[in-house]
Amino acid sequence: MAKAKKQSVKEETVDLTMAEKILDQYWDVEGCLIPVLQKIQNEYGYLQEPVINLVSERLNMSLSEVMGVASFFAQFHLKPRGKHIIKVCTGTACHVKKAKGLSAKVIDRLKINANETTKDRMFTFEEVACLGACGIAPVVVVDKDVHGTLSPDKLGDVLDGYAKSYA
Amino acid sequence: MVSRTKTKKRKAKSSGNGKGSVISVCLGTGGIAAGGDKVFEKFKRVIKNKRLDTAIGKRVCKTAKTGCRGLCAKDVLVDVTVPGKQALTYERVTAEMVPQIVEDHLVNKTPVKKWLAKGDYHKFHDNQQRLILGNCGAIDPENIDEYTIKGGYKALEKVLTRMSPKAVIGEISKAGLRGRGGGGFETGWKWESCAKYDSDEKFIICNGDEGDPGAFMDRSIMEGDPHVVLEGMVIGGYAIGATTGYIYVRAEYPLAVERLRMAIKQAEEYGYLGDNILGSDYSLDITIKEGAGAFVCGESTALQFSIEGKRGMPRTRPPQSVESGLWNKPTCLNNVETFANVPVIINRGAKWYSKIGTTKSKGTKIFALTGNVKNTGLIEVPMGITIREIVFDIGGGIPKKKKFKAVQIGGPSGGCLPESYLDKPIDFESLLEAGAMMGSGSLVVVDETTCMVDMARFFLDFCAKESCGKCPPCRVGTTLMLEILIRITQGEGKEEDMDVLEKMSDEINTMSLCGLGQSAPNPVVSTLRYFRDEYIAHIRDKDCPTATCVALYKYTVIPDKCTKCTLCIRNCPVDAISGSKEEVAFIDREKCIECNLCYEKCNFMAIK
Repeated sequence: MAKAKKQSVKEETVDLTMAEKILDQYWDVEGCLIPVLQKIQNEYGYLQEPVINLVSERLNMSLSEVMGVASFFAQFHLKPRGKHIIKVCTGTACHVKKAKGLSAKVIDRLKINANETTKDRMFTFEEVACLGACGIAPVVVVDKDVHGTLSPDKLGDVLDGYAKSYA
Repeated sequence: MVSRTKTKKRKAKSSGNGKGSVISVCLGTGGIAAGGDKVFEKFKRVIKNKRLDTAIGKRVCKTAKTGCRGLCAKDVLVDVTVPGKQALTYERVTAEMVPQIVEDHLVNKTPVKKWLAKGDYHKFHDNQQRLILGNCGAIDPENIDEYTIKGGYKALEKVLTRMSPKAVIGEISKAGLRGRGGGGFETGWKWESCAKYDSDEKFIICNGDEGDPGAFMDRSIMEGDPHVVLEGMVIGGYAIGATTGYIYVRAEYPLAVERLRMAIKQAEEYGYLGDNILGSDYSLDITIKEGAGAFVCGESTALQFSIEGKRGMPRTRPPQSVESGLWNKPTCLNNVETFANVPVIINRGAKWYSKIGTTKSKGTKIFALTGNVKNTGLIEVPMGITIREIVFDIGGGIPKKKKFKAVQIGGPSGGCLPESYLDKPIDFESLLEAGAMMGSGSLVVVDETTCMVDMARFFLDFCAKESCGKCPPCRVGTTLMLEILIRITQGEGKEEDMDVLEKMSDEINTMSLCGLGQSAPNPVVSTLRYFRDEYIAHIRDKDCPTATCVALYKYTVIPDKCTKCTLCIRNCPVDAISGSKEEVAFIDREKCIECNLCYEKCNFMAIK
């Protein structure tokens, strides 16, 4: 419990210098909110409250406007994410090639549901719509590595590989 | 200002132009997943050791990330060109095969026949007409010189020196080019109506927000041949008098963004983009806008809001974008593939172009052929081709001796067409008539193991999740329809459900604000129309004929179909199946843990 508390305190004291820098480049560009949020997320991993407050202040937009955009687009994350991002493609081609079994494998192995992160913040599991690699369906992308024509068994090996390198 | 002389002075550099042999390894997603980078490294090492005069290039095929030459199923593909001879293609190359290929083919000049691409590789290509994809996989997308050698930017030169904007629009109209993004709106007409509005600022936007699951042609063009998009855009910009251009690229395509950025920089250096293009008085700057992950942003007004930095939600029309679009200025928005068609039309003329295709749909269309078909990948075919030609001649048919059931065309806005449509020629009109849609051109082949009710549920789930939430018919309607479908797949369907679904589909279609909502029920409507018996089986008999819907699983062996191959017995993890080579298999329901392995393993559909 104490540990968890400590962590949350740590999260609230965010170093805002990088965000300031990004905002300095963009504040007078018309329609810059989305690129600003993208750049900030690249730096910080996800969009934390203090950063969003800062963006709203500097761009002279209401907090609801900024949050409206941040919560609308799937690419923006408001919660911390794991070190490895596992994306199971659920596009049409992967669907007819039984991508369901791959999701089940991940859920079974990591004990998390879609859009959740493991407790050790090692893995985040997401189901995404079409990664555009339908030729080698079903596809799972871990970070930037594409694994194609998978079966639940093969996916197990792939996951083992990532777990091992950080064991 | 960059003068044209400077442009011409630049010496063309191309990996394919040297005197030595050239090896190009396909490094697409498919290629890399199959070990392409290992093959590439091995070639480099072997060639270095042997001190051969060979240029080895990353044939950053059609795309570095999607696959090579459209045939990912045969990866890793390697092209070997020996001076004075035609390029030969090896399929399924592994690192172990590399030394022998180098030794035999490069040193002794005798190709390794047994590893050369077989008949269906050629069949896959021979049946296509690659007007737009021609450069993809053939040139290095990161090198503008390779594009210009192949006649790139010739069309732009022609337009700027010899054609008036009106003449350009006239040519595009005469060619009969229609938008490749889905609706099939006439491009010439759109340009003409945008050109007639006077404004201090005008925008031309390239819609690269390819969101349809199962489609990846736009990504391939942007990654494999980015300059053709730029050329098409500048020509379009000139025709309508645009002052600024935007390319809106989907968030999931980082490589496309990278390649386009590189291409823009090169084009600016060469004077094809920026101030006073090629010495004329027309100027255009193009900026890339990265999307942030929303399917609805493929809709033109939503996309424009997203560029303005707002939530991507469509608005009511009129006014149309051509009158008042981005920042309330006249805006012309076209799809990536549409722009890629423009230079072809200008170069070869409207008359030549309009001979390809059907009466109302001209030219070629790129389809992403995926799903349960042997040769998956991107194909480019003339409009009016039949589904049978695509699936069986180019695609090579259904693997594992399973039976063809349907093709799903057009993504979530499209529909499923059954076997009876195999011989129908496809163009914009015929697909609409059949209850499907061209959409962006995804073509997913479905075999007999796929449940059509589950397929409808799948698409509706997608639309319900991607609904922007602005208008209730779409937001509430799709969710309610999804609930009904989920109930049916769980064996709790009611007799009246089918009628309710049909009625709701009609209502959502007529009342939704934008294309996403209007077309969201299409997959349900088309499956109800062609596969009603499957719905009935789910509802009345509580049975899923394909054993896809988990809640309705039965796991029994159909004795007539069982060939006594014992494959299921060997694969059952809990020894629940008995039988032998002489005896039909039998599943003990007490022991069965419903893992579905036996069903998947059975090659004869003998388990349900």
